[in-house]
Amino acid sequence: MTAKTTASGVAYDMQGDKPDLARRDAAMQTFVRDFAKTAAIHMESCVRCGMCATACQYYVTTGDPKYTPINKLKPFEQAYHRHVGPFAPLYRLLGLGSNVGIEMLQEWESLLFDACSLCGRCTLACPMGIDISELIKEARHGMYTAGLVPDRLELMDRTAKAWGSPATPADDFADIIHDAGEENDVPVNIDLPKADYVITTAPAELTEHTKALTDIAKILNKIGVSWTYSTEGFEASNIGYINGDLDLQEKMTRKMIDNALQIGAHTLILPECGHAYGAARWEAARWYGKPIPLRIIHMTEFLGELVTTGKIKLKPIGETTTFHDPCQLVRRGGVTQAPRDVLKALGLELKELEDHGSLGWCCGGGGGVVSNTRADPLRFKAFELKKKQVEDTGAEHFVTACGQCRITLTLGAKKFKWDKKVESLLELVADHLVD
Amino acid sequence: MDLLSFARGPALTFAMAIFVIGVLWRLIGVLSLPAWRDDSPPRKGAPPAWLSALQAILGKMIPHKTFLKEGMFTTVNGYVFHIGLAICVFAFAPHILFLKSLFGFDWPALPNGLIYAAGVITAGSLLAALVYRLANPVMKLISRGNDYISWTLTFLPVVTGLAASSHIGARYETLLALHILSICVFLIWFPFGKLMHAFLFVFSRGATGIRFGRRGAQL
Repeated sequence: MTAKTTASGVAYDMQGDKPDLARRDAAMQTFVRDFAKTAAIHMESCVRCGMCATACQYYVTTGDPKYTPINKLKPFEQAYHRHVGPFAPLYRLLGLGSNVGIEMLQEWESLLFDACSLCGRCTLACPMGIDISELIKEARHGMYTAGLVPDRLELMDRTAKAWGSPATPADDFADIIHDAGEENDVPVNIDLPKADYVITTAPAELTEHTKALTDIAKILNKIGVSWTYSTEGFEASNIGYINGDLDLQEKMTRKMIDNALQIGAHTLILPECGHAYGAARWEAARWYGKPIPLRIIHMTEFLGELVTTGKIKLKPIGETTTFHDPCQLVRRGGVTQAPRDVLKALGLELKELEDHGSLGWCCGGGGGVVSNTRADPLRFKAFELKKKQVEDTGAEHFVTACGQCRITLTLGAKKFKWDKKVESLLELVADHLVD
Repeated sequence: MDLLSFARGPALTFAMAIFVIGVLWRLIGVLSLPAWRDDSPPRKGAPPAWLSALQAILGKMIPHKTFLKEGMFTTVNGYVFHIGLAICVFAFAPHILFLKSLFGFDWPALPNGLIYAAGVITAGSLLAALVYRLANPVMKLISRGNDYISWTLTFLPVVTGLAASSHIGARYETLLALHILSICVFLIWFPFGKLMHAFLFVFSRGATGIRFGRRGAQL
């Protein structure tokens, strides 16, 4: 791994020792390798109107045009037109658009990884309906194969391969669960051979938010269902999904699902993590190769069901709150109402952010940005948008339903000495269960 | 063969052939690519795919309010020249006669004065779009040769049409020939550049509509 800067002063990392040309070709070929119909339609359809810029937090907060979402795909336009598009033979014959060199890819590394949280707000702004965020994810596949990803993300990738999780070795998982159980005085289940519900985790719960591990345990114990954590398949935050490492994405998907099926579970509960939802709820079947005979549900959806069906009762808090909509859960996941149902059941009066629901601004740290320390200055810029909108609501509480958003927002608050605690929806529910 | 006969005859026939073959080639080339099978269970109550696609195709006509803060000019000006072009192309009596010769049916025309006004407004709107593209840093950065070629080939039929109908600059027959030739070049370029968005927008919006609809997400 090497940290370098391009001739124009842009920082990039590079892994492996491939020659430059091989690296360039790997990026281009991987980008187009699995190109399917929808991605091709979207590569064809841009009218260069610039509307996507107005949706991107990194452009809006810096005013730098290079952060325009569609610009982040520039090196890959060539790969598409020369290898996939309907006029590819013509492009090759005329030698059109063959100007992508390794320097350009190195420069674009930060646009694809530091300046994109895969939040998908640009997709909503595009008048052609181009799913730009999804195309950037495709571009990351190319960058990963070329060995052009931020070192911090690559490190998490290697850790996940070695440990089964980017946060902790699988061997330590049971201890973490037991410790959290003892610390919070909640009975926990781990590695039961059979259970109806399997609970999965994301790095946030295994490091900074360990109380969440027992918050869900407390709720499941309360409703009296059979459930377990499992050392074999606990990790739901699919780092392969974020990094563009498709082999890892498939491996982690299969591991988690095969394990839940072996336990005989009918439901797999995902943690308060946005990308886990994108990877497991909407993409897992693609990597599994067939429909999955298992219900995969986000923590927030589960809590929403429990309160709307009356399976749990909550003590009303009776204060005001605002809610940060995690992008992968709400904008790209469709879980908009469930968190609002839960907040209502908690007796919290919701004061919506100016931009909320599917149009909410990202926390700034999604898509691996929060783990990629190189992106800190940009992330803090994006945070200022959220901070202002939260302050404008005047709400007493600030709640979200994603551990990574929570970490990102807490880091932002710390940086700006902002006296606002970012609370977890799950934690509020667990703390206000009626006995 | 004089210029007008050439323009009306072999040039237009050739251009229309390239247009039809090119459009079909590009559409079939993209639509025949394999699709990822989505086996994820749709959200309960998700609309059928066709409805999600239709909702996206229609719904994306109007941007979300929050994007208009910076995107107002692009949106309003875009509407002006699209509607202006549609009026000029489809509501001018001579154009309707030409289209009737192709498709066998016609419809009422708008008065010539109104068409002329629409043409002037369209030309002004296209010029404004070009100035914005050249002056706005985002637009400048993301623009390609394709954008400038497509702009030029859209602008030329409008100004040659205006010149022909007001008999300015040359003999009417010459102006009309230039107008038709500019349309020929427009038609030949159409399948290769971004003008194809006139067809692609249906598929582009529709595909994302289907993806989002399945998830119960709002587009």
